[in-house]
Amino acid sequence: VSTQAISDVVFIFISASEAGTSQHNIYIKTAQICGCERKGDMAESNVKVLGTWASPFVMRVKIALHLKSVRYEDVEEDLLAPKSELLLKSNPVYKKIPVFFHAHNPICESLIILQYIDEVWTTSASSILPSDPYERSQSRFWAAYVDDKFFPALRRLLIGATEEDKKAALAEVVEGTVVLEGAFGELSKGKAFFGGDNIGFVDIALGSLLGWIEVIGKQCETKLVSEAKTPRLVQWADCFSAHEAVKDVLPDVDKLADFGLKLRAKILKALAPTN
Amino acid sequence: MAEVKLLGTWPSPFYYRVVWVLKLKGIAYEFIEEDLNNKGPLLLQHNPVHKKIPVLIHSGKSICESMIILEYIQEIWPQNSLLPADPYDRAIARFWIKFAEDKVNPLAFAGFYGEEQKKAIRDSLEMLETTEEHALRDKTFFGGDKIDLVDIAFGQLSQWLQMVEDVTNVKLLDASKFPRLQRWINNFKQVPIIKENLPDYQEMFAYFKALRVMLLSSK
Repeated sequence: VSTQAISDVVFIFISASEAGTSQHNIYIKTAQICGCERKGDMAESNVKVLGTWASPFVMRVKIALHLKSVRYEDVEEDLLAPKSELLLKSNPVYKKIPVFFHAHNPICESLIILQYIDEVWTTSASSILPSDPYERSQSRFWAAYVDDKFFPALRRLLIGATEEDKKAALAEVVEGTVVLEGAFGELSKGKAFFGGDNIGFVDIALGSLLGWIEVIGKQCETKLVSEAKTPRLVQWADCFSAHEAVKDVLPDVDKLADFGLKLRAKILKALAPTN
Repeated sequence: MAEVKLLGTWPSPFYYRVVWVLKLKGIAYEFIEEDLNNKGPLLLQHNPVHKKIPVLIHSGKSICESMIILEYIQEIWPQNSLLPADPYDRAIARFWIKFAEDKVNPLAFAGFYGEEQKKAIRDSLEMLETTEEHALRDKTFFGGDKIDLVDIAFGQLSQWLQMVEDVTNVKLLDASKFPRLQRWINNFKQVPIIKENLPDYQEMFAYFKALRVMLLSSK
């Protein structure tokens, strides 16, 4: 009987008897019991992404894996249905996708997953973060800006209930695009991407939002990334969307728009005060 | 040797994070105090996007956001390493650093007044429970036998939390409910560099008390 089979059986036994223990604990215990290396079989076939086609955060992980030519198993989580057992167990703290599994070890938070992928698969041509520490800090800063400032404004624009809410959110989003246009000028140094000649951390962080940016823009009857205010970003968006590692990951805009309506309804229903 | 400057404000916990790491790694630096009520040209020049401290200026280049600064310092000055060497362990450390950023940071602004207080209390208790059960578990420090960037990220809990409790008269960290965290606070404050680099409690208490009075009266 292979050690992998033993660890699978032990894993099932432990997870059944220690419900609520963090996933990380379970994997450590498994490794200790069967005496195998925690990481076990590090073969590339042991890579899994728990996510959904519509989530930009999941898209980030897939783009990174495509860049590194790493094959993975795609496990779909239905965002409109109650959360799955696997999700609740592998991400007990946030209960959110994506969850990335490498040899059964789960990692959560898309930007953290990207850094892990970059650090583990170093033999392939594309580096996601720059090698220079100062440039790395700049990439991290702008990716954090996308997540902490730009994305929340975009989300408020999607779920905005009143005209006033939408107007305020729209102003924030447009201001964000202008700031990002400036960042692009600084980071790209005249090349096609934030990462220079190749797509990198910030390209993936922002580019993964392009589908939603288009859908939300159509809803507001505005081009959120406009030629007038952000000509370089417009050009960048085309280059990014056409990239080998990206084009099969970005979703069909009509399909996303339809999903967006359902998601908005679900969120608004959850936020509405109960009688 | 290249110049290191740190723009900060006493008694910001985010500024202290950077002080702790610079000292743990034995890096000499110049401290430049920033008056947050009257933001100076240096701050506006070096952090035009957020206009916040701390800002690290190294050989004229500026790095903003405390945890991004700490990863930068860790990479440039790898001695006395503050992150795990193994990529998976490092990913887990980063996960908890991000958790601290998302859930502990709001304590610094102590939205503990009026109606926001109830929600803030609920959120804080939830954060403490998750930290105790999932992040710290049975370890001495988040980093294991010695402190690492995760401990630094949670550093606010060591003194600023108590101050918030004393200023608002709300008990959050009950030692009987959170024994591991209480033990961690005691151990963390005994680490020599931390012990020598904590803001004076009485001064900090007076400062935040006055700040709270001002905030409440303006509402």
